[in-house]
Amino acid sequence: METRVIGKSVPRKEGREKVTGRARYVDDLSFPGMLHGVTVRSPAARGRIRAIHFEGEIPWHEFTVVTAKDIPGKNCIALLIDDQPCLAAEFVNHPEEAIVLLAHDDKYLLEEARRAVRIAIEPLPAIFSIEDSLARKEIIWGQDNIFKSFYVEKGDVDRAWSGAEFVVEGTYETGAQEQLYIEPQGMIAQVNEAEGVTVWGSLQCPHYVHKALMMLFGLPRERIRVVQTETGGGFGGKEEYPSMIAAHAALLARKSGRPVKIIYDRAEDMVATTKRHPSRTRHATALTRDGKLLAMDIDFTVDGGAYETLSPVVLSRGTIHAAGPYACPNVRIRSRAVATNAPPHGAFRGFGAPQSVFALERHLDRVAEVVGIAPEELRRRNFIREGQTLAVGQVVKEKVDMNDLMERAFELSGYHAKRKRFTETNSDSDAHGGIKRGIGFASFLHGAGFTGSGEEYLASEVAMEGMADGTVHILAGSTEMGQGTNTIFAQIAAEALRLDCEQIRIVQPDTAYVPNSGPTVASRTAMIVGKLVETAAAGLLKTLQDSGLLRNGYGAADFSRACCLYVAKNGALKSFVKYEHPHDLHWDDQKYSGDAYGAYAWAVYVAEVSVDTRTAEVRVNDFVAVQEVGKVINPVLAAGQIEGGVAQGIGFALYENVVWQEGRMLNAQMTNYVMPTSVDLPTIRVYFEEIPYGRGPAGAKGIGELPLDGTAPAIANAIVHATGVDVRRIPITAETLLEMLEAVHA
Amino acid sequence: MRAYLPAYEMETPRDLAAALDRMASAPGVWRAFAGGTDLMVLLEAGKLPHKRFLNIWNLGELRGIFVSAEHVTLGALTTYAEVQRHEILAREFPLLCRAAAATGSVATQNRGTLGGNVANASPAADSPPALIVYDAEIEIVAADGARWVPYDSFHSGYKKMNLQAGELIRAIRLARTHAAWRQYFRKVGTRRAQAISKICFAAAARLEAGRIADVRIALGSVAPTVLRAVQVEELLRGQRLGSVDCSGPQDALSAEIAPIDDMRSTARYRRNVARNLLAEFVETLAR
Amino acid sequence: MPESARKIRVSCVVNGSAASFEAYPMARLLDVLREELKLTGTKEGCGEGECGACSIEMDGALVNSCLVPALQAEGATIRTIEGLAIGDTLHAVQRAFITHGGAQCGICTPGMILAALNLLARHPQPDDAQIREGLSGNLCRCTGYMKIFESVVAAVRQAETPA
Repeated sequence: METRVIGKSVPRKEGREKVTGRARYVDDLSFPGMLHGVTVRSPAARGRIRAIHFEGEIPWHEFTVVTAKDIPGKNCIALLIDDQPCLAAEFVNHPEEAIVLLAHDDKYLLEEARRAVRIAIEPLPAIFSIEDSLARKEIIWGQDNIFKSFYVEKGDVDRAWSGAEFVVEGTYETGAQEQLYIEPQGMIAQVNEAEGVTVWGSLQCPHYVHKALMMLFGLPRERIRVVQTETGGGFGGKEEYPSMIAAHAALLARKSGRPVKIIYDRAEDMVATTKRHPSRTRHATALTRDGKLLAMDIDFTVDGGAYETLSPVVLSRGTIHAAGPYACPNVRIRSRAVATNAPPHGAFRGFGAPQSVFALERHLDRVAEVVGIAPEELRRRNFIREGQTLAVGQVVKEKVDMNDLMERAFELSGYHAKRKRFTETNSDSDAHGGIKRGIGFASFLHGAGFTGSGEEYLASEVAMEGMADGTVHILAGSTEMGQGTNTIFAQIAAEALRLDCEQIRIVQPDTAYVPNSGPTVASRTAMIVGKLVETAAAGLLKTLQDSGLLRNGYGAADFSRACCLYVAKNGALKSFVKYEHPHDLHWDDQKYSGDAYGAYAWAVYVAEVSVDTRTAEVRVNDFVAVQEVGKVINPVLAAGQIEGGVAQGIGFALYENVVWQEGRMLNAQMTNYVMPTSVDLPTIRVYFEEIPYGRGPAGAKGIGELPLDGTAPAIANAIVHATGVDVRRIPITAETLLEMLEAVHA
Repeated sequence: MRAYLPAYEMETPRDLAAALDRMASAPGVWRAFAGGTDLMVLLEAGKLPHKRFLNIWNLGELRGIFVSAEHVTLGALTTYAEVQRHEILAREFPLLCRAAAATGSVATQNRGTLGGNVANASPAADSPPALIVYDAEIEIVAADGARWVPYDSFHSGYKKMNLQAGELIRAIRLARTHAAWRQYFRKVGTRRAQAISKICFAAAARLEAGRIADVRIALGSVAPTVLRAVQVEELLRGQRLGSVDCSGPQDALSAEIAPIDDMRSTARYRRNVARNLLAEFVETLAR
Repeated sequence: MPESARKIRVSCVVNGSAASFEAYPMARLLDVLREELKLTGTKEGCGEGECGACSIEMDGALVNSCLVPALQAEGATIRTIEGLAIGDTLHAVQRAFITHGGAQCGICTPGMILAALNLLARHPQPDDAQIREGLSGNLCRCTGYMKIFESVVAAVRQAETPA
């Protein structure tokens, strides 16, 4: 179907502000009488707070000081449960846990003051690894250190082993990854009698912050207001953490009676805020003589850090994605999120799936080797097709052909020829300056939207308003953080209303004005919320048409006139839509089975690498990303999402290594926690296939997280091809790889 | 930004003599501040204990690259960007240009200076190995005079150097004797740009009648200071190209260097890569 | 608190106009631009000279303003992102960043655009390697750099075809 603005690379709505430096991020804002705030944090990983000493030559009387005692409501950052305190009162459970807040108008003196607060902590034994947590070396959370566990069962795994020709086992691990948005976290808060609590800041989910502040202050809904400022990257790192920093700023604002701004510097941001959950996955796979999957027994564990936060949901997505786009009659997935004494781990694009997909795609290449067939042949024999069921029992209703995607990816990357050529030339790498080359792939899927009954529970809402001047305002809680929310919402509405994008305005997410459209996470914004935008636009149009003010074949001027007249006559022109869960999607929370997601994006990624055997440096030379994503709303923005996601995946695989010391990130500087620069990355080549999804706006599905799933395993498999080492863990540091190369050589 | 700014003073002396007088007037109190690419990072981290600085950035006496028949003399304030732009340096001192290009980024190369790099004495700096290979000499000035120090004896230990309170580095002099030498530079960092070295290897060899007549080898990030691998040089001198025994020199290198485990890398990695780079250097000589 | 420094007055030229401000001598030029001169377009991303979000042009050279002490700005000619557009007319590089997806979240964009301008001043017809090299001191977490390169190439092409 021909579209006017959907499918076009409409320029970014707020592009002009961003390229002129006029976009206002939280640290660009200043309020009269504003104080700066800082957080004093625990030096210990676990212990009992004995005393807080205010030392040094600091004029303490000038400072606003806040501790847990100053919290008017409940001392917690409300999320799924209420276990995480806003400020540690008696016990600390991770390094850098917030204990004291200070505010002053001199931000340099404030820093001196922070250093002059000495917290005396009587240490308690702490644990820092998945192994120690599972072994219950110490019980640090609940009865057994386990935040959540899942059990997924399809068919009968235990019976399948006897019929197996091949059984392959393996354990795979992924490390923590820092989101590293270039704009550090920040909030400004104001508390007064007139308005209650207002916060402005860098965030993804205004309504999450709103809910958390309600509980912290014990105030009703209308006394809390959360406004999103231009946000310089989030990637999940600003999904839940902003509630914490907003709470801190608001407490200081309440006590001082002045607006308070807290901006983290990079070191504090890295050391205190969330990271991707480290993981450990164990696979045991049974296959028939023809290399068909008979059974998959998967054990998946993520390290959640010291408090529950979002770990159950990360675990959920990781669990559901653990068995991939394959048809396997018998699957068992046992998974759990465990506690350690590190700052809580949290949302990061992919949200559990990058961890379990890395394990699966690495494992399947090893499986292919044992079976004696090429890795692509193993996939070919086992790719799931329409009508078959995924591990959680969801019947695939999409027409995707993974074999086609794979062949296309291979053609674009020259996979077959390179696979052969590199194998030959690698045998004499000294002739090539010690360089070995490899090419590898990963095949995967990623579900869009909240899992199972999640979207139903969210019950997202979108409002739309036709203004007297003919512009249409979209009111949604979905946030722009670079991924293009503003632009695609405008496109969707413009398409439905037959207008130009210029006539559409996106209202700044402000809980005083916009409805709760759910969080901007889970690859849901285009597919779920965008659909609500489309429906709201259709509703608005219908109202105008029904009123007789708008005839068929109208133009932009007619529309403006109609809006103006309607508003003059009726006071306002509004439409309001609430999410309705499709009747044919069923999910069982107890059995953890059913229709996990309304739709999936499907992909095959191919990575070509060269490994310098003298230094174990790995270079990604070429990267091909092929994915089926439903209708692409804005080609430039969509490609930008994949390119950026692949870059983060390359970081996840090769560069980004969190160095831990007793629960604290040691390398909390950009000098030492390394993300790729413009000379480290290859040309990332992105290709879309589009099978329109009936329930998405104009047929769109979600793509935001997809690239994080397949990038790292494709690279790992390429390194294996190049060198023969058996990669089981990411990041693949040069130090580890050099040792592995030496072992292979020996 | 974790420094208490009111505690930090900075003055701009009108010329070099005034700067030296100021430094002499209160020994150890005033320190030189050039481009700031090291000192400002420490300031921002709240880790700059020294509080009084002399802004020497505009002192013309410390700028300029002077070429004579026998030497190229670089003013201490020569930036990495200026090093890379200089035709004679590019032609005759490629290792220094490679090091300059490998240090930081475009922006830091516009402000980072050779003198500052030498005085900061980070064992991970990339220019010092090149300076060692080129037999650099450092000119040091004070209110009461000037002296020259061979660079390879300038550093005596981690952040310890032959530079007293009241002294400034004025220039770095390179002898134009290495132009015909075969030269090799390799930095292995955490990534390809804007990276701190895990190991840096600079070397040059004079080949004569199919033999290694003379050789210089220097490494960064493998010891508390930049390291000249004199034992390795000794073992390579006189060896015939095409039949160089590398294992002896590699073992000597393993013994001469003292790499550590740190946030960026491990001693084992540094040691093994150093050996591999030595072999790679020798390999390039045979071509 | 030991306090020996007094604020100094610094005069320089910023975006073509005379500017004057008071600051501690070792205050970061980044903070001076943002807080004293209210030019908030230049951003802090790391405070250690690693990310380039604070890039500006100082006396014709690209520098990280988080690493320049205020005192050294005396007499300097400075250009920030705010000095690029002429009234409402965007610079070709700015336009290209909008049309070609060079800006996503936008926080690295001011520094990245300054770096791109500096690159084009040194290499008016840069090849792929020169573009990558010229921007290697500016980190972007959103784009994977692809559309930033495309934006630079588009800007060069636009400069080639007369308006």
